[in-house]
Amino acid sequence: MEIIKTDVAVLGAGGAGLRAAIALAETRPALKIALVSKVYPMRSHTCAAEGGAAGVIKPDDSLDFHFHDTVGGGDWLSDQDAVDYFIREAPKELLQLEHWGCPWSREANGSVAVRPFGGMKKQRTWFAADKSGFHILHTLFQTSLKFPAIQRFDEYYVTDLVVEDGQCRGFTAIEMRSGQMKFIRANAVIIASGGAGRMFPFTTNGAIKTGDGMALAYRAGVPLKDMEFVQYHPTGLPNTGTLLTEACRGEGGILVNKNGRRFLQDYGMGPETPVGQPVLKTMELGPRDRVSQAFWHEQKKGNMVQTRWGDCMMLDLRHLGEQKINERLPLVRDMATSYLSVDPVTDPVPVRPVVHYMMGGIDTDIRAATSVKGLYAAGECACVSINGANRLGSNSLTELLVFGRRAALSALEYLDNGAGAANESAITAGANDAQGRLRELFSRTGGTETLAGLRREMMATMEENAGIYRSGEGLQQACATLAALRERYARIELHDKTNVYNTDLLQAMELGAMLDCAEAVTVSALERRESRGAHQRLDFTARDDDKYLRHSLARYRGAQPPEIGYSDVVITRSPPGVRDYSGEQK
Amino acid sequence: MSERTVELEVLRFNPETDSEPRFQRYSVPCMNEWVVLDALNHVKEIMDPTLSYRWSCHMAVCGSCGMMINGEPKLACKAFLREYEGVIRVEPLAHFPIQRDLVTVIDDFVTKLKRVKPYLIPKAVQPVEAGEFRQSPAELKRYKQYTLCINCMLCYAACPEYGLVPKFIGPAAISLAHRYNEDSRDGGREERQQEIASNEGVWECSFVGACSEVCPEHVDPAGALQQVKIKSTVDWYQEHLMPWNKK
Repeated sequence: MEIIKTDVAVLGAGGAGLRAAIALAETRPALKIALVSKVYPMRSHTCAAEGGAAGVIKPDDSLDFHFHDTVGGGDWLSDQDAVDYFIREAPKELLQLEHWGCPWSREANGSVAVRPFGGMKKQRTWFAADKSGFHILHTLFQTSLKFPAIQRFDEYYVTDLVVEDGQCRGFTAIEMRSGQMKFIRANAVIIASGGAGRMFPFTTNGAIKTGDGMALAYRAGVPLKDMEFVQYHPTGLPNTGTLLTEACRGEGGILVNKNGRRFLQDYGMGPETPVGQPVLKTMELGPRDRVSQAFWHEQKKGNMVQTRWGDCMMLDLRHLGEQKINERLPLVRDMATSYLSVDPVTDPVPVRPVVHYMMGGIDTDIRAATSVKGLYAAGECACVSINGANRLGSNSLTELLVFGRRAALSALEYLDNGAGAANESAITAGANDAQGRLRELFSRTGGTETLAGLRREMMATMEENAGIYRSGEGLQQACATLAALRERYARIELHDKTNVYNTDLLQAMELGAMLDCAEAVTVSALERRESRGAHQRLDFTARDDDKYLRHSLARYRGAQPPEIGYSDVVITRSPPGVRDYSGEQK
Repeated sequence: MSERTVELEVLRFNPETDSEPRFQRYSVPCMNEWVVLDALNHVKEIMDPTLSYRWSCHMAVCGSCGMMINGEPKLACKAFLREYEGVIRVEPLAHFPIQRDLVTVIDDFVTKLKRVKPYLIPKAVQPVEAGEFRQSPAELKRYKQYTLCINCMLCYAACPEYGLVPKFIGPAAISLAHRYNEDSRDGGREERQQEIASNEGVWECSFVGACSEVCPEHVDPAGALQQVKIKSTVDWYQEHLMPWNKK
């Protein structure tokens, strides 16, 4: 097996991975940096983020406001020291992107423009029309081309982390175009591989978001934290799951039920605000968990519009007018018109909540470090946690930048202090073991399962039992189903046993990762006997700070279900309070 | 559930087992609202797990799923079945080597993109702490359209010149260079000119305009290339006829 020697290896080349690689190369131009991704960087799912990135920049805003919005939005499960670091770094990172050429939308005077977003008390979301993530990704990707220190390994699928004596020493990866396995040897590794929304059948997430990096860290002994917190975005196109950005509502769009009622006023987010004049932090600018939950209740009451793709609410943008829709929401118009044949300029668009984001992920501290030495994580795959039980829209794009950079700086500190002496023969043996497992998968015969069949069963149980509202009974069912699926998965046989760009193999590895992540979600959810943020239990409807103001930690136990432990939430200056999104809030 | 059976004729090629490409037929039960990508996903999931192609976002922004559909370069996620009758022929993007099935090798573009320096080379050095560079909405508008390139390669597959002269830097890379040249914050035009105003750059373009016709993001690369040509011509005259004007 070819060994590629580098100083730092970054796994994932979306927003967080690119930001980390650039920070490494800027700080240490002589460093050898491997940027490894299963796709070309510009295909990464950061490109699909639409609305924008939060950072305090305008004179009427303050870091304190951003702090309290984020902590309250997260239902007090965010670590407040991490949130403080995040909000302080946020404006610098967004300005840095501006200096790298990001085409942020502008005010008439040439300063960057901001827009309102859900759960935010002030307008602080920087945006580039409704393709903010796309522009952030391409700005970072194009900027990364300046740095000779960054060596890219595009279309390499990472199969295993190599950990020797408690230290991460690199990872093995399959070069897709040849099918050859390589060992990327590095004394520091940053995982920035994104989320795992593809565990669910109805998601805004692209096909590539299969929890690969989460599963790698989990199997290597790092706990997955707060995995039960899965965000539903309220407004997805009902047939494809394509996201219609929250900026639709930030710009003044309204949500109505089949009777034309703006039903959010009936779920603690009223009183009704004038149409087209959105008021921050109330009604349609409530947080995503509350809006998605309100949908669920309305659906139970039979107040939703029935479509061939299921029950929908209507997103009405007509009063914004064609000009504003074209200027601020061109992608939204294109998506609704192309995929649903509904033009938001002339008709309300049917939408329904859709799986969008994992608040949980690889357990890291405020420095983006994991419990394995030399292993760091940033972005959606990681859980620092700034997002707590519910992420506010437009915090995640900023998080990629802030913690992507932070992971790079931490990795450098680690290398500077001297990674421990390496036992190279033990390390190589670890890499060879990974190759052995791959060979075993290729040579396996007698399989009776199909990947697609297992995947469908996984998705069905996640949708049925781990959705917006959950019950102990349903979660138990999901845990049992997933345990059985993992067992059946261990016996699958590949249909395609060739080497070049083998997507049957790729999908098999991805399914393995998703099954592990899915089990962490459902077992963590079963054990959390309370309702908080995006985790709502029909059998435990109240928040229980005495027992559960804690992060859950799912630890991998091979074929067994994970063991669930807990760690304390860092509370510095905002004691748990009531989340108030009524118009009467102060 | 299905509303219509679609006949797909898909190019297959596995370099390990095939000496040359062949076509394979699939009869796919489809919904009328589906795109070609949905049909391919159905094939992959239900009928033939060995079929290989790239895709991710299903919303025309990641640029993965460019392919030839009935001979035209298209994003498979935005090629609506309702717009096709009869057999739909699906092939890998033209002008790129086939890696396997519908997957092409795009190394050539990746190398060329890097050559044109598609990043801001600031006109003035200003620390981040000093705040943003001011840019008016009108200044933003000058280059905004060219930022929308998703690197999907459809323009290269459509460009007859690139098919004939592979060293041509091509529409997307030149448009991205032009995007930075037109940015009010940038001062790197001269550096980029060495690449894009060369023989391998805009002067290879014969202005067929196919690139702009197929661009799914309406970037109008042909327009960008024309602007580069005009500006490069002005440069030439200033240098040769009015040397005293040169800095």
